Amino acid sequence: MTMPHTPARKKTASPAASLWHWFTPTYFRAVSGRVTPIALVLLLVTLPTGLAYAFFLSPPDYLQGETVRIMYIHVPSAWLALALYGAIAVASGITLTLKLPMAGHFATAASPVGACFTAIALISGSLWGKPTWGTYWVWDARLTSMLVLFFFYLAHSAMTQAFKQQERGQQAASILAIVGALNLPIIKWSVEWWHTLHQPESISFINPSSHIDISMLIPLGLMTVALFSYATIVITARMKLAILQQKWQSLLYQKTRNRS
Amino acid sequence: MKVKTFRLTLLLSALAAASSAVALALYILGDQLVYYYVPSDIDPHQLPARTLRLGGLVEEGSLTQHHDSEALAFYITDLKTRLPVVFRGIPPALFQEGRGVVAEGRFRTDGTFQASLILAKHDETYMPPYVAKSLQAQHDTPTDTPYDN
Repeated sequence: MTMPHTPARKKTASPAASLWHWFTPTYFRAVSGRVTPIALVLLLVTLPTGLAYAFFLSPPDYLQGETVRIMYIHVPSAWLALALYGAIAVASGITLTLKLPMAGHFATAASPVGACFTAIALISGSLWGKPTWGTYWVWDARLTSMLVLFFFYLAHSAMTQAFKQQERGQQAASILAIVGALNLPIIKWSVEWWHTLHQPESISFINPSSHIDISMLIPLGLMTVALFSYATIVITARMKLAILQQKWQSLLYQKTRNRS
Repeated sequence: MKVKTFRLTLLLSALAAASSAVALALYILGDQLVYYYVPSDIDPHQLPARTLRLGGLVEEGSLTQHHDSEALAFYITDLKTRLPVVFRGIPPALFQEGRGVVAEGRFRTDGTFQASLILAKHDETYMPPYVAKSLQAQHDTPTDTPYDN
């Protein structure tokens, strides 16, 4: 099967070099050209239906009443924040070992997006905590570890921009991202390892089970697809921009060199 | 050793070292990281003097309220041991018998826990009122549906 946009490989190469080929800007442009429209269609379908279900079509909760609707933004945001950090950590491992340029671009592009969704999860959770628990914030293991994730995101975002050479910044940030990934299992299992005010997880992906009624799972699933599609679109666009900026900068560099 | 293999080995060993450091720290801090203690954690002969948080279920049938004052009295239970709690003030809406609660305060000399703050803890179950009602009809268990319209 041949991809129409895939450029013909110039050199006959070893398996390692063909892996390299997969992560080149040219190939990325071909893949993103296909992924973005799919994500856009998914977003345009799931966001309106998800919001309609979340606000109007789904029932109130037997205990919490209408405030349960905060779940449909809180839970997908938290999942997305964790998933993006995991992906950034993997990309950082690739940056440090194989030095594939797209991995660094992905981490740089995804980091602020992840920070935003961590903030959304924290704020929506706080607003949900007041009417249900009776407090906006407690320093329990789940809430604190999620706040730590937010700070790791901020530090990572800052560090990608901290060096004049983008590559240096991405490498330094990679180390931070990998160290911060140790926080991910702590966030996930904090509600089981220690007594927390935050309730244990309602949905288990490891042995599939749910404590959420199907009428509430529908908006939760739709909103999850919507937010993940949105993140895909935004991150892809930011990666494209990063490639263009890099190209622009090297052109500028050449020009100034030619002049002098 | 190739450069890439060397970098990977270095990265993996650094990661292994860092994660064992974190795991060790968490293991040692384990008891300090709980947000609240359950009644079984408390030694009845040696009640702690400091401010602490106590969590569990509000025991069924134990909740009483004085008419004049806003004082509430109930037992917190972890289904093994129970401890008496008093509280003056307005608890959160989800605070009810048979449901989760976290109380912050300290023990009085008579062994009663004087709470200065009451937080409601809810579980991981979410369902509409009609499902809760039909479950109640099936099992004949006292499932409260405070939100019902």
